[in-house]
Amino acid sequence: MRHPLPPEIESLWTLFTAPVVWALHFLACYVTAAIFCAKPGLLGNDFFALRTLIAGITLLSLAMIVVAALLAWRQWGFGTGDPPHDDPTRRDRLLFQGYATLLLSGLSFVAVIFTALPAVFLTECLR
Amino acid sequence: MAALTPVFSACSGVQSALDPAGEESGQVARLFWLMIAGGLPIWAFVVALSLYASRWKLEPLREDTAARVIFWGGVVLPVTVLAALLAYALWLMPSLRPFAGSDDATLRIEITGRQFWWHVVYKRPNGVRVVSANEIRLPVGERVEFALTSDDMIHSFWIPALGGKMDLIPGRQNRLSLRATKVGTYRGQCAEFCGTSHALMAFPAIVMEGAAFETWLNARSRPSSGVHAPGTGRALFERNRCGSCHRIAGTQWQSTAGPDLSHVGSRLTIGAGQLASGSEALASFVADAGAVKAGAHMPANSHLSAAELTEIATWLKGLQ
Ligand code: HEC
Ligand SMILES: [Cu+2]
Repeated sequence: MRHPLPPEIESLWTLFTAPVVWALHFLACYVTAAIFCAKPGLLGNDFFALRTLIAGITLLSLAMIVVAALLAWRQWGFGTGDPPHDDPTRRDRLLFQGYATLLLSGLSFVAVIFTALPAVFLTECLR
Repeated sequence: MAALTPVFSACSGVQSALDPAGEESGQVARLFWLMIAGGLPIWAFVVALSLYASRWKLEPLREDTAARVIFWGGVVLPVTVLAALLAYALWLMPSLRPFAGSDDATLRIEITGRQFWWHVVYKRPNGVRVVSANEIRLPVGERVEFALTSDDMIHSFWIPALGGKMDLIPGRQNRLSLRATKVGTYRGQCAEFCGTSHALMAFPAIVMEGAAFETWLNARSRPSSGVHAPGTGRALFERNRCGSCHRIAGTQWQSTAGPDLSHVGSRLTIGAGQLASGSEALASFVADAGAVKAGAHMPANSHLSAAELTEIATWLKGLQ
């Protein structure tokens, strides 16, 4: 049977996937809103369009973070072992990293929602 | 309780965001009390918990209990509370900046920040335009639009009793909208450091009954009859080139390099909230503005005698 998840990569960098998505999402939201407000000609006047765009970016970012979380969950052995994973072995290093990545994904998930929240309440950009 | 009295009495008064006299400041005050009401129980709970752990329950929790405490108390609870507070504050934001469409705003006040005073222009849709300085009057119950900008530094316009603050930025026009709900005299203050006398850059904000405000504004749209008062004040004003910086309606002096003096005699304060108005205050400000406000951009007039200063001050006080 083919596994739905991509093969496991052993690298420290996967730890940062979710925070990087969070940072990019943050940038995308702020830069689009700033351009929308400063250059009406470029992105149009329709605030609803801006909100839709931010909603799209947000859903995409959340999806990416969920995938990162799933991969981390697998690396953590689907939660079979309990933390703290602090033996000086390769296995514990992998488990620890998987667990840390999973927690970071949770944090990034919440952070992305908080970043997008203003677009739910704000309804116009005064120029 | 007695020890707390000064703390609580500091919450009322002419410049308190916790003693609101406007719609916007009311919302700010509510947000503040809500944060306190939300924060206090959490603080008390955490302190109680740590006391419980350190004083009474002196052995560790079972591991799965500990994990549950961390999950609910350390993850779910803070995320929910923070999300709720964030959503509430964001939800307030549009109503804290309620802009009347530029057509239906009945009164628009344009304010330009200068080191260390305020240039003020009242505008009505019917073309009424009144220039003033260092004092702001509003009709109670009416939505007033402010257009804020600066000619030099970044300043910030804040009348805590009426609403939130808004920066005055050179080359940019910021908007603020306020609806005062209580007649009274309040105090505004520059809230962004702008130079030596930043802290002395204030102004009285007076909320008046609609009819009284109308009368006041109409009177201000005509030159004061005081410009023709007898005495040597006007000649001294001319000879000392005060008019190269100050505007007085109904005269040849139209410069806006310094505060408009057209009706300076009827202002509550002199020097942007520094001295209670009066001929003496005017005389001492004219003698040496820098002594009242360090770094004020008005030259000292040490060559004027006390009698001459009194003449000028009396004439200025007559500009009602
Ligand atoms: C170089 C420009 C300049 C000249 C000349 C000048 N002033 Fe001023 N004056 C100012 C400025 C700027 C202020 C505001 C100072 C501050 O509050 O920081 C001011 C403030 C005042 C105020 C207080 C206004 C208020 O709203 O409280 C009075 C009164 C006044 N000047 C009178 C005079 C008289 C009288 C003379 C002539 C003897 C004079 N000024 C000459 C620039 C000038
Ligand atoms: Cu200032």
